Amino acid sequence: MSANGNVLEASGITKRFGGLVAVNDVDFAVPHKSIVSIIGPNGAGKTTFFNCMTGLYKPTSGTVTFDGSDITAKAPHIVTQAGVARTFQNIKLFKTMTVLENVLVGRHCRMKARITGSIFHTPFVRREERETEARARELLKLVGITRRHQDLAVSLPYGDQRRLEIARALASDPKLLLLDEPTAGMNPQESEQLRELMEKLRSEQGIAVLLIEHDMKVVMNVSDHITVLDGGEKIAAGSPQEVRQDPRVIEAYLGSQA
Amino acid sequence: MSTATEPRPASGHGRSPLAPVGDAFNRVAGMLPQWAWIGFWLILAVLYGLYGSELNDGLYESVIQTLAYVMMALGLNIVVGFAGLLDLGYVAFFAIGAFVAGWFMSGHFADSEIYFIVADQTRNVPGIHINFFLVLCIAAAFTALWGAILGAPTLRLRGDYLAIVTLAFGEIVPRVFELSTSGPFGLGDLDISNGRQGITPVDKPYLPVPGLDDITRIDITPFYFIALGMLLVVLFVNIRLRDSRLGRAWIAVREDEVAAAAMGVHLVRVKLWAYAIGAAVGGFAGVFLGVFQNTINVDQFEFGFSVFILCMIILGGMGNLAGVVLGAVALSMINRFLLPELNPIPDKLGLDFDVTSISFGIFGFLLLTMMVLRPEGFIPNRRRKLELHEDELEGPMEVRAP
Repeated sequence: MSANGNVLEASGITKRFGGLVAVNDVDFAVPHKSIVSIIGPNGAGKTTFFNCMTGLYKPTSGTVTFDGSDITAKAPHIVTQAGVARTFQNIKLFKTMTVLENVLVGRHCRMKARITGSIFHTPFVRREERETEARARELLKLVGITRRHQDLAVSLPYGDQRRLEIARALASDPKLLLLDEPTAGMNPQESEQLRELMEKLRSEQGIAVLLIEHDMKVVMNVSDHITVLDGGEKIAAGSPQEVRQDPRVIEAYLGSQA
Repeated sequence: MSTATEPRPASGHGRSPLAPVGDAFNRVAGMLPQWAWIGFWLILAVLYGLYGSELNDGLYESVIQTLAYVMMALGLNIVVGFAGLLDLGYVAFFAIGAFVAGWFMSGHFADSEIYFIVADQTRNVPGIHINFFLVLCIAAAFTALWGAILGAPTLRLRGDYLAIVTLAFGEIVPRVFELSTSGPFGLGDLDISNGRQGITPVDKPYLPVPGLDDITRIDITPFYFIALGMLLVVLFVNIRLRDSRLGRAWIAVREDEVAAAAMGVHLVRVKLWAYAIGAAVGGFAGVFLGVFQNTINVDQFEFGFSVFILCMIILGGMGNLAGVVLGAVALSMINRFLLPELNPIPDKLGLDFDVTSISFGIFGFLLLTMMVLRPEGFIPNRRRKLELHEDELEGPMEVRAP
């Protein structure tokens, strides 16, 4: 944790694709053990901003600091290693692996087995495999997938696939979990379960959550802090109440004639 | 609207005509526990090794060669089947492995006199003579290194582009050997390949066990058991890696590179390991083939060989070890026996050509037939099967609009 209590700090993030400025000079911070959201109309640059923070994109300018160390433009696996895990807007499960195997892959960067150890099944590797599997089952239970662990990931219902993505991300023992539209395609009851899960992660495991979300009910209920992007710019930030009443936010969502 | 009288298709696109083959296989496979099958095949393999040469000498010899091909197929399966990197230049590692055997197990470097655990009769021949089993390890390590070196430039490529570059490496490596009669790449004056003549003869394997007769080329039974032992090692390594942290990472990378990286998988490292281990297996088998055929000659290292091995794993079922073994055995046997049997046919039809000379046309035809009838191979990996028949999953996919 850095001195000012923020687990993640991004300052002056700009991302240009050729002439298009997808994200323009955005400052952003995630306080320790908080749940913060980024909202905005479609095409506002939310996911691009997300990708800049997880190493998928190199920001054109700006810096990202996680837990006191600079992770700007670091490769995705290094960012994950540092403690940032994420899910994807369009589900990116390893479709032909089983539910359990998906979570095991999520644990990859915390495992230490090497090739010779894996070939000879050293006691260390055997123990690690056992522990990893136990942990994976625990996580699946945590997100609410209690059965069908040996089924192929793609055979799960849609809501469970979203939950599996979260379990897979949690397997890397993150300090910060980035969820890109996790409730897309979920019914209200499932969204509510997800909200409970986020609160539980924060209170029980001290994981901060950064959320991109369209479901305003979820966003307003769960967030400590909301940042609003429109056209790549940060147009508002604050508590749910403040954002809800901000005229620029209303304009961005409803159009200027409203 | 469908009526009750209409035959109900099993799935949206209908079942492939060859599906019963794989189903039957799975049914038979399920009749006994896995260890029983392993025991059964092992006993069969040992019995054949002991008595097979009395039944049919020619068949016995080609079975030994087949064992080496199966190893090659299992090695390529790591790269193509597990990690999903389409490699069309696998022959390069056969070549490198075989030449390592040529360097360290023959009279090629006639100026030196280095002997290490070799038969007494070999000690009369100048050159570098190192024990076969040690050379196996050296070659595996050396080809692994080259697998990583040749794999490194291809890391950013996918699909067709990857195939083209690996194909080029498969062509370049044998040509480098062929032309390096005065120094590798023409630097210096060390002849590393003896050009088109190749390196021959090659030492026989030698086991330093007292009371054991030296291995000769007249009784080839020991070669069978050496190949069988090597194959078991390769299979063991394949199985263990498949179920390991690295094996899961390979499949994850094949499925979705972006997601794999986001899960903390180091893409470069994982891919290089696939290339290196796949290459090591190729070099391992290459040493055996070079020694068994008693010659290391650039004519052995044709592009066709890469395709031949690739056909084996596609035919059998990419990613599935049993499938790969079956495909490799089937294609080797077709190549060795069926095609020569077909030789008189063009003559009878009044055509004048040799069937064996169009063998790759025939393999291509087999491959095409397979792609149409059963693209996942005879004994598919259930993952691979899913990729090709995703629309036929049981029950409709539950996708709700956001």
